[in-house]
Amino acid sequence: MMDFGGINPAILIASLMVASVPIMLAALGELVVEKSGVLNLGVEGMMIMGAICGFITAVKTGNPYLGFLGGAAGGAALSLIFAFLTQSLLANQVATGLALTMFGLGLSSLMGQGYNGIKPPLTGVVPFGPLRDIPGIGRMLFSHDWMVYFSIGVVAATWYVLKYTRTGLIIRAVGESHDAAHALGYKVNRIRLMCILFGGAMAGLGGAYISLIRVPQWTDGITAGAGWIALAIVVFASWKPLRVLIGAYLFGGITVLQLNLQAAGSAIPVEYLSMSPYLITILVLVIMSSGKGRTALNAPAALGQNFHASR
Amino acid sequence: MIRLEKRPLPSQFWQVATPIVAVIMTMFAGGLMFATLGKNPIEVIRTIFWDPLFGEFAWYLRGQLMVKAGPLILIAIGLSLGFRAGIWNIGAEGQYIMGAICGAAVGLAVFPTENRLIFPVMIVAGAFGGWAWAMIPAILKTRFNTNEILVSLMLVYVAQSILAMAALGFLRNPEGSGFPGSRNFSSYPAAANPEIIAGSGLHWGGVFALITAGLLYILLQRHILGFQIKLAGQAPRAARFHGVVPEKLVVLCMGLSGALAGLAGLFEVTGPAGQISIDFNAGYGFTAIIVAFLGRLNPLGIVLAGLLMALTYIGGEMAATNLGLPSAAVQAFQGMLLFFLLAIDVMSNYRLRLKSTAAKMLGVK
Amino acid sequence: MTENQRPLLLQVSGITKAYPGVIANSDVSFAIGTGEVHALLGENGAGKSTLVKMIYGLVKPDSGTMTWRGAAYAPSEPRAARASGVAMVFQHFSLFEALNVAENVALGMENPPGMGALAAKIKEVSTAYGLPLDPARMVGDLSAGERQRVEIIRCLLQDPKLLIMDEPTSVLTPQEVEILFRTLRQLAAEGTSILYISHKLEEIRSLCDSATILRRGKVVGSCIPRDRTAREMAELMVGAVLTPPERGAKKDWGDDKPALEVIGLNATSPIAFGTSLKDISFAVNRGEILGIAGVAGNGQVELQLALSGEITSANGMVMAHGVAIGAHGPIDRREIGFVVAPEDRLGHAAAPDMSLVENAFLTGAVRQGLTQRGFVDWPATRAFADQIIQTYDVRTPGNHVAARALSGGNLQKFVIGRELLQSPDVIVINQPTWGVDAAAAAAIRQAILDRATAGAAIIVISQDLDELLELSDNFAVLNEGRLSPPRPVKGLSIDEIGLMMGGAHGAQAVAHV
Repeated sequence: MMDFGGINPAILIASLMVASVPIMLAALGELVVEKSGVLNLGVEGMMIMGAICGFITAVKTGNPYLGFLGGAAGGAALSLIFAFLTQSLLANQVATGLALTMFGLGLSSLMGQGYNGIKPPLTGVVPFGPLRDIPGIGRMLFSHDWMVYFSIGVVAATWYVLKYTRTGLIIRAVGESHDAAHALGYKVNRIRLMCILFGGAMAGLGGAYISLIRVPQWTDGITAGAGWIALAIVVFASWKPLRVLIGAYLFGGITVLQLNLQAAGSAIPVEYLSMSPYLITILVLVIMSSGKGRTALNAPAALGQNFHASR
Repeated sequence: MIRLEKRPLPSQFWQVATPIVAVIMTMFAGGLMFATLGKNPIEVIRTIFWDPLFGEFAWYLRGQLMVKAGPLILIAIGLSLGFRAGIWNIGAEGQYIMGAICGAAVGLAVFPTENRLIFPVMIVAGAFGGWAWAMIPAILKTRFNTNEILVSLMLVYVAQSILAMAALGFLRNPEGSGFPGSRNFSSYPAAANPEIIAGSGLHWGGVFALITAGLLYILLQRHILGFQIKLAGQAPRAARFHGVVPEKLVVLCMGLSGALAGLAGLFEVTGPAGQISIDFNAGYGFTAIIVAFLGRLNPLGIVLAGLLMALTYIGGEMAATNLGLPSAAVQAFQGMLLFFLLAIDVMSNYRLRLKSTAAKMLGVK
Repeated sequence: MTENQRPLLLQVSGITKAYPGVIANSDVSFAIGTGEVHALLGENGAGKSTLVKMIYGLVKPDSGTMTWRGAAYAPSEPRAARASGVAMVFQHFSLFEALNVAENVALGMENPPGMGALAAKIKEVSTAYGLPLDPARMVGDLSAGERQRVEIIRCLLQDPKLLIMDEPTSVLTPQEVEILFRTLRQLAAEGTSILYISHKLEEIRSLCDSATILRRGKVVGSCIPRDRTAREMAELMVGAVLTPPERGAKKDWGDDKPALEVIGLNATSPIAFGTSLKDISFAVNRGEILGIAGVAGNGQVELQLALSGEITSANGMVMAHGVAIGAHGPIDRREIGFVVAPEDRLGHAAAPDMSLVENAFLTGAVRQGLTQRGFVDWPATRAFADQIIQTYDVRTPGNHVAARALSGGNLQKFVIGRELLQSPDVIVINQPTWGVDAAAAAAIRQAILDRATAGAAIIVISQDLDELLELSDNFAVLNEGRLSPPRPVKGLSIDEIGLMMGGAHGAQAVAHV
């Protein structure tokens, strides 16, 4: 097997699968939100609320699974504010999303007072039995906690629902033209509310994964821009669920690689390594956007526009 | 059931009343939040909003007001131009850092020369640093149609890494016995940005902020560029029909907001902060977004909003030391303010109506 | 069969509906029998759309009742209306461009079969009614006529008892109108009732069994259209006798170059699912009006954008008085007296939330000298706005009012007046009277003719053939981004025009029948 400056590829892949879970979940949630025509820039805020709510729930109950439920609830609760402001009060979606992030960062660190330095209860690894012992592949694919597999399952389920079911068709229709959907009698704002809540829950789940498994502890600002990267992944994926998987693995891989290079004492200065995921995100955005309207054609036509049934 | 009904004309009353009502509602909701933290809400609100202005230490804290408000106003005014035009620069924090690094680098390069021109040149360099950093998302947007929100934000993280490099490496004080951070500008008069009137807290940054507010107020009210910016934000297709070239507007608005953020950074690092350090930036670039909205994207409103937001910073610090309020509470409080602002803003363009009465009223007519 | 012999399907009694500031329907009553084709006739703003939205369950009446086959009928939402057997073909806004035909149809049905079965059903029904459709095609790629088929098929698959059609012919070529009418007659013969909304009198006379005429929200009469002349119905609908616009004497301006010449213009559409312009050439002299017809979505918007300078081209592709301006933007073009009025009033021609003063500045800045060294002269701009309001009889409480507060007709008068008042040399107007009531439309047409008499070269792009034939000297058709060679209007027959408009697509439709 090849070696990148002392880094084992099998371990690298195993750890990128873990590293990509939070952004994958958050990006998938945001994808559904955007498919319904809503741009929620508050992913970072919802993730960090999920991180702290999940952490507190897990610590208080001693049960990591309840922790994940708590995280999803925390993210969804914050997204409810967004839904109320943008769907009921017709507030600007960009500004409201930013407010959500700022509020989430502040509130989470407020709630996290006194939780610094505590270890959360351990989330177990899925018992795959003999599969784990397959050399290379066992370590790579069958040594993870259930959330790794769950997140891949959610990607597949979302892909199926959006593409093949009536629910998915209605979500796409609402994101394409809210006027047409309204004329056919669909409750545009209610459908969007549901999507926003789903997006919030997914972001919360991703956040909880960071504080419960990936790190695992609570510190202020623990999500460190993951929510913004999730937003970029949606563009990278051209609003297609299966490509979210690829995007998340790509960004997860970069993060893991640069952390490993830092740990391995690479010759590249630490600062260059730590800015690399952000620079690569920009590069990917440029490549995806410049394809002469290709992504633009894929973007939901009503993205970011509020709907008010006037007559 | 309550229903929204579009007003035929935007309400002048609510345009002005929205920020005031939002502040009052935030005080109530914030009080509730403080109460759940086990604090006396009235005491906390008084500590944040009253004591810095009229309390025991007001003689000192009032000066601090302008120190904090200066950069907020300067950045927020720049951002408000873009926000009006529908151009979302949310990476002012990065432009602020890069302006500070550029300006400081120029000053430190000629240390210890004493010359009257050094500070003006540093100002230009600071504005350039912020401008250049903002040009990245601007050009990527105009050339490749890349989302400026995500790019400008990603560049904040990059700027923070560069700041770390500067503080630990290329701008580190050679006489600092290996500690991180640059030379302190307070000991280098030619490059320093001291208080202009003792006790007022007013340094060159504040002066620039007030002058910029005045100039941009005139620009927005009277100049065709102000009209074009407003038009582009409200009706992009009508703007193109009028003759606005959207790309030019993006470059202009991003560039101007970047330059102003860079200036704010330069004035901060040479004045109140004193040196390039790994965390001299205090998140002004993000708070300025709230200031811009609270000031209704109007330069004069932004001056008032900047002062109010500075008050919450100072009051928040006081509440932290005197009452043991976590400093994050102020951040949540500020986020809450933006929520209420956006929520109440609906009143400017819509009327709330009870569903049945609307029909009755017209039936009578 | 006369009206009385048909079993009653829908009875509407005393329906009233008010919106803030407007009473859309006041005490409206009428009835439709089974298998009857009933016309709802009225001008724009007469309250037709609101009325049918109530029948379709999109809007609830303030008072009044409806009965369906003798039982009380009050649909709370479109789903309930569809369950009763009401189906509706919309004028605008009910298709999804990025979804395919089958998906669009499925969205309008209560319990659609699986996609495969649905596609087969669409093929079967669409062929049976002479409206062939490919279920897998993206709706954004379809022509306006084909899009309407999607809506009709969507309705037919539900086996409706009452089919509501809102201004269905405004997007069709004359040949397509014939096909549509054949389909509707076939449906009526099979027992489906049709509520047909239109303001086109000849159509109603040829298709409908009975008519209810609305004016300003009230029923002002009902009749058997075949027994009345178009003129009688027009008077009922408009409430006054309108004089047709008059053209002043033409004269020779003795120019050696045309006022506007477009030579081999190519332009890519900036709009998703738009139509690119291909090799467009024409010339217009001073005092001349060129009418450009065509079904919506064949490049009209793009042509307007290319003429206003919102899309630029190679410099020599657009020439004004022999000067190349193809690469210049809107401001430069206005400077030399070249003005444009776009189709979409709210959002394109005018900024909805801005005052009329600001909207006057929007295009008046250059030619009216409303800026000094870049600073806006607001008093002069207010005066210009007032001048537009007075000259073109724009009904508004004042110049401070936001554009969106004006009615469609008044805003259109403002937008067109704003351009015509700038003493322009070349004028391009897209859809001058779209959605405008008859009185305002007549005023606008007269204003256009007056400018031509005064020596302006004018291009009118419109989907209203009658309007074009009334105004133009020369006539051309835009079809899939190509322009037919302009021909003099005199001596042109409706059939010839239909063939020009249909192009390849129209020929197919004809061949199919």
